Amino acid sequence: MRIIAAKKMQDAVADLCIQANLYLRRDVLSELKRAYKREKNKRAKDILRAIIENARIAKNEKLAICQDTGMPVVFLEIGQEVGIKGDLKAAVDKGIMEGYRKASLRNSIIKNPLSRKTPGYSPAVIHTKIAKGNKVKIAVLPKGFGCENKSQLKMFKPTARIEEIKKFIIDSVRSAGPDACPPYVVGIGIGGTADYAGLLAKKALLRKLGARSSELGGLEINLLTSINKLNIGPMGLGGKATCLAVAIETYPTHIAGLPVAVNISCHALRSAEKIV
Amino acid sequence: MIFPFTEENIRNLKASEEILLSGIIYVARDQAHNRLIEAIKKKRSLPFDLKGAVIYYCGPTKTPKGKIIGSCGPTTSSRMDEFTPALLKAGVKGMIGKGSRSKEVVAAIRKFKAVYFLAYAGCGALLSKYVRKVTPVAYKDLGPEAILKLEVKGFPLIVGIDSRGKSAY
Repeated sequence: MRIIAAKKMQDAVADLCIQANLYLRRDVLSELKRAYKREKNKRAKDILRAIIENARIAKNEKLAICQDTGMPVVFLEIGQEVGIKGDLKAAVDKGIMEGYRKASLRNSIIKNPLSRKTPGYSPAVIHTKIAKGNKVKIAVLPKGFGCENKSQLKMFKPTARIEEIKKFIIDSVRSAGPDACPPYVVGIGIGGTADYAGLLAKKALLRKLGARSSELGGLEINLLTSINKLNIGPMGLGGKATCLAVAIETYPTHIAGLPVAVNISCHALRSAEKIV
Repeated sequence: MIFPFTEENIRNLKASEEILLSGIIYVARDQAHNRLIEAIKKKRSLPFDLKGAVIYYCGPTKTPKGKIIGSCGPTTSSRMDEFTPALLKAGVKGMIGKGSRSKEVVAAIRKFKAVYFLAYAGCGALLSKYVRKVTPVAYKDLGPEAILKLEVKGFPLIVGIDSRGKSAY
């Protein structure tokens, strides 16, 4: 049994919050640069240039990439040989507060969704998985709500054709239009239950852009091409760069159902991971 | 382009045109809009003069040490659509945000001769460089949703919807 102090988790979470919010993911920045080279539309090029410049300023001046520093989503993968000494949940939330305070991020979290008072930094949305081994893998994904608000879920009939599913996904992006800050990264969850499909779609956003799913790589490329044909472009003002990547996560599901969830990320797709 | 907006310079702005704005803008988003509309309905005094004002839909991060403002890019404008016609009626002349607006907002823009601008979406660090001064105005309890007065210089904007109701989208 390997014992890890909860404080070690707290410190890791704090670091990851800062890293995710200030330093744009390398793969996302690479894709944005590639999109800039491919773009023919002058305005679209100007906007992509501003986005790339923004990432540089954020990094050099230690400013948040985007003022919406999101609702932190924390993925914990805890090795079953690990024992945590202390209150893990409290440590994660303390880590969020510490990281957000230290880097002057934004207090976007309200404790009561109905009364909506007093915005703070925490709690995070925490997903915990038990894995083999004696390590803890932590990923922090601050999810901006402009794009989170464009999430969609559809409970397809089990006999639904792939064309219907593709149409639903493409329509989800079409109805997001300019509002969720394109160019997008689209996470898709297929299978599980209604809530699990949503989680899969969110988890898909952690994947390195362009790393294909082994089974559905063809569908991912197909959807990427179709979504880019919408020509929404950067800021929705037209152009080739509507979507930088599509990632699909799947899970077994029930014979009577076919849940499909779409979680759109804006171009400021932020996440950071660490193994403790 | 210098503030305050005159009828002439509003009329001359065309959809998709790029401008650099210098002057005063007021930061206000969801909850602040709720309160402003309540105040207008109940004929209470308003925290700033709406006549000729430019409102920026934004909730900045906290301000890091040594900086004038934190990251301060635009938030999604459509969430403010339901409050906008009343604000334009009360004299607001400009709005800055991102994303499309409803047809009711477009109609109000045409009726009251206002302009809707787009700011670079997701570029809060870059945009912070154009802010010269920040003054709190109202609703401090709203935290990041408080109303602030910003003095900006050379703030890059794209005309999203011009006073004729023509859209850049």
